[in-house]
Amino acid sequence: MIEAAALTKFYGETRVVDRASLTLTTPGVTAIIGPNGAGKSTLLSMIARLLPIDEGRAFVDGLDVTRTKGADLARRISVLRQENGLLARLTVRDLIGFGRFPHSRGRLTAADHAKIDEALAFLELGPLAGRYLDELSGGQRQRAFVAMVLAQDTRAILLDEPLNNLDIRHAVSMMRLVRRAADELGKVVVVVLHDINFASAFADRVVAMRDGRIVADGPVEAVVTEAVIEAVFGLPVMVREIEGQRSCLFRR
Amino acid sequence: MAEIAGDRLPAAASRNEMRRPARSPRRTLALLALLALFCSALFMTLGAHGNWSFVLPFRAPKLAAMIVVGHAIALSTVVFQTLSGNRILTPSIMGFDTLYALIQTLIVFLAGTTFLAVSDPRLIFAAETVVMILFALGLYGSLLKGGARDLFRLLLVGVILGVLFRSLAGFLQRLIDPNAFVVLQDRLYASFNSIDTELLAIAFVAIGIVTLIFWRLLPLLDVLALGRDIATSLGVDPDRLTRVSLGLVAVLVSVSTALVGPVTFFGLLVASLAVALVGSRRHAETLAAASLIAVICLVGGQTILERVLGFDTALGIVIEFFGGVVFLAIVMRRGLT
Repeated sequence: MIEAAALTKFYGETRVVDRASLTLTTPGVTAIIGPNGAGKSTLLSMIARLLPIDEGRAFVDGLDVTRTKGADLARRISVLRQENGLLARLTVRDLIGFGRFPHSRGRLTAADHAKIDEALAFLELGPLAGRYLDELSGGQRQRAFVAMVLAQDTRAILLDEPLNNLDIRHAVSMMRLVRRAADELGKVVVVVLHDINFASAFADRVVAMRDGRIVADGPVEAVVTEAVIEAVFGLPVMVREIEGQRSCLFRR
Repeated sequence: MAEIAGDRLPAAASRNEMRRPARSPRRTLALLALLALFCSALFMTLGAHGNWSFVLPFRAPKLAAMIVVGHAIALSTVVFQTLSGNRILTPSIMGFDTLYALIQTLIVFLAGTTFLAVSDPRLIFAAETVVMILFALGLYGSLLKGGARDLFRLLLVGVILGVLFRSLAGFLQRLIDPNAFVVLQDRLYASFNSIDTELLAIAFVAIGIVTLIFWRLLPLLDVLALGRDIATSLGVDPDRLTRVSLGLVAVLVSVSTALVGPVTFFGLLVASLAVALVGSRRHAETLAAASLIAVICLVGGQTILERVLGFDTALGIVIEFFGGVVFLAIVMRRGLT
């Protein structure tokens, strides 16, 4: 499904992503964690062709992302970054409708409208469908963008820090949605997360990055351990199992 | 997930009704079209005193020029705002039309007026437009590439480029001989009162073609208005679309500047009014509204000035004054965020 082979990105002389390789084949949630500046978002952006790749290659469904037509990729992989400055003033439904663009090229059919309704229902945005985005709270707006991505109906979904600026309640409901998208809709989801505990609670697989390199990659039990987290973040932590949920606690 | 439904703002339902646009965009557009037709009819017929055989052929090219120029300015401004990702910058503010003036000056300076006199004006216009497209792509293409996130930088570069082009053109104009300067001035500061009909015909064709191409690009521009990242994710290549559109904008600016000379704030005025009236959900609606508003402003304004106020050269000044006020109002209100 997604294959990144030795992806590298230079900013000047420094390698912000250093030969990162990653293969994702099965539905599920993969979380990328790491300290600020570890290259998480850059890696994601290269796979999603938002940034040019300096070295290495990335494939989606076997298609090289740098050579395949944008429209073909847009039916296979979708990406959502944290800041989305819209020039147009749109309603929630308008925005979600744009998710259908790769399929309908701007002329929405009945099938498209059905998909939009599905996405609205999945994110429980029905009552807000007619509202303009600038009238929504941050959490609602974030959900509207995720709904657009779901309407795009790609198997692979990349989310770059979807929990930014969300309080704990909205962050948890966002991650539950991500979980449901993987479990009920069979999506291959990659999420960049800052909070290790959200990764350990919701992800199937955790990829830890430091200084542009992938330093650990595996199931939660293998990556969210005191030794690995300390190595990745450079901070001694306590990892405890609390009611069956692995949690990472810092020391004062 | 009950907690999600719970975070709806309390007054959501009533606000929902309130915030909806009072009229549908379609009705607004129909009204604007009627008003534009009404203005055109008034312009053609008012004060004719039955001299139709004289008045109609005399006024028709003027009316046609105003429609062509209004449409070109409206189209180029709205599209450029989408390309640069904000509603403040316009081709004129970025120095597009002073660039065109510089190119014209350069041609007179290098080739001389005799060359202009003997050559086919269509050929000259085509050559100027091609040079304009190349320069626009070279200069502004690199500025807009990779996203125009830094509005301040763009605005600053645009203002400086505008001054640079104007100074260069002014400098060259001082070097050429006075006769050539008169020819040049005639070409640069043409007004609606001295329309070159041959140029008008070329302008009609050029604008027609550009409009048809933009018609096909409308859905892509709608997607680009969501930002570069989302556009890429939806399969639209922002850099390619920006290049193509910028080239077309250069054609539009060439046409309108060739016909009536530079107008700085008119585009901003009509684009802002269009967004206020029909919103920015679809480029088709915003562009149509901007075009109609431009025609109403130009034709209606000219009619009032000529027939009601009895003088006919100050329309540009009046429009620029209001355009400038709108520009200041937008900048002050939004603080360039």
